[in-house]
Amino acid sequence: MRLQQATRCALFAVLELAQDPDRQISAPDIAEKYGISANHLAKVLRDLVRAGLVESMRGAGGGYRFSGNAKRVTLYEVVHMFEDIGSKPGGRPEGGDSSDIGRALGQVMNEIDETAVSTLKSITLATLLKLIHRNAAGQAGSRSKKDSVNA
Amino acid sequence: MPEAVGTTELAGDLVIRAAAVADVPAVTRLDSRITGMTKPDYWADMFERYGKRPNRFFLIAEGEGAGVIGFIIGEVRAWEFGSPPSGWIFALGVDPTARLNKIGSRLFEAMCGRLAESGVDMVRTMLARDDELNMAFFRSQGMMGGPFIQLEMSLYGFAGGHG
Ligand SMILES: CC(C)(COP(=O)(O)OP(=O)(O)OC[C@H]1O[C@@H](n2cnc3c(N)ncnc32)[C@H](O)[C@@H]1OP(=O)(O)O)[C@@H](O)C(=O)NCCC(=O)NCCS
Repeated sequence: MRLQQATRCALFAVLELAQDPDRQISAPDIAEKYGISANHLAKVLRDLVRAGLVESMRGAGGGYRFSGNAKRVTLYEVVHMFEDIGSKPGGRPEGGDSSDIGRALGQVMNEIDETAVSTLKSITLATLLKLIHRNAAGQAGSRSKKDSVNA
Repeated sequence: MPEAVGTTELAGDLVIRAAAVADVPAVTRLDSRITGMTKPDYWADMFERYGKRPNRFFLIAEGEGAGVIGFIIGEVRAWEFGSPPSGWIFALGVDPTARLNKIGSRLFEAMCGRLAESGVDMVRTMLARDDELNMAFFRSQGMMGGPFIQLEMSLYGFAGGHG
């Protein structure tokens, strides 16, 4: 599954800011850190501000700060702001949808969509941040194991 | 008294311990508050099957002055599908008035401790895809989608077809 560029920008920005809600970061700094287009990011940040997930800080050292509830906002809510994921049948009909083949293919695609939606709905920003820390701890653990094997 | 499974853990004013037969009515009442169904026979049977045997764990959370406010049940399960034995959690409940106080987390951690001591290195569970509350809870504990997929099929049309 590949997320659209705006969605990826939004997730990087929200998660970067949610790591430390007291910290302000400028859009160019976020763009540079994740190698994403500053133009895209600026537009996405406006949408995130409107959704109440981040706030724009004025004045010297301005920038953005996380203002949502990381324990309750799920990845789905962020993704859904920028793309139509798991759209139910009955959305835009496409040629062949009502044929036997189209219906059977639709069943399979629905299964995939429903799994994707439930995965994204069940992972809050806080849960994803925990995953990042666990991954980092795991890497540090395997590094120190390697070091002791190499020693 | 059933064979004590593991030790009692004290966490603040919360005790996580193996359930005793005397806890069954309180667990039945708690489950009834959570699910809206009262199933005394079911819980007596659960205790018989999971409260007394090795590698099976029926734990409860007891709050000071509040009685039984949570339970979790799990076991070491030998999988049929080529997987080495793993831990399985298949029942969990916290008193609706006591939620979001880390009681579920403490029950889960205690269960993981028991399972790890039994020699397995993986814990699994199965949930309805749209069960957002339990899904968010297990995800928050670090659980991820595993390599197994549950498949199903309607048996409509099979009954009576084997005569
Ligand atoms: C799932 C359940 C066990 C969680 O118990 P709990 O004691 O409230 O859980 P915790 O306080 O340890 O929560 C741990 C994490 O789970 C997640 N979580 C729990 N409740 C949540 C909710 N209502 N919304 C979103 N996330 C939630 C959060 O990430 C939470 O971390 P946080 O406190 O830092 O936000 C409880 O809600 C429950 O009993 N649900 C019903 C279970 C059921 O259907 N049982 C049927 C009988 S088997």
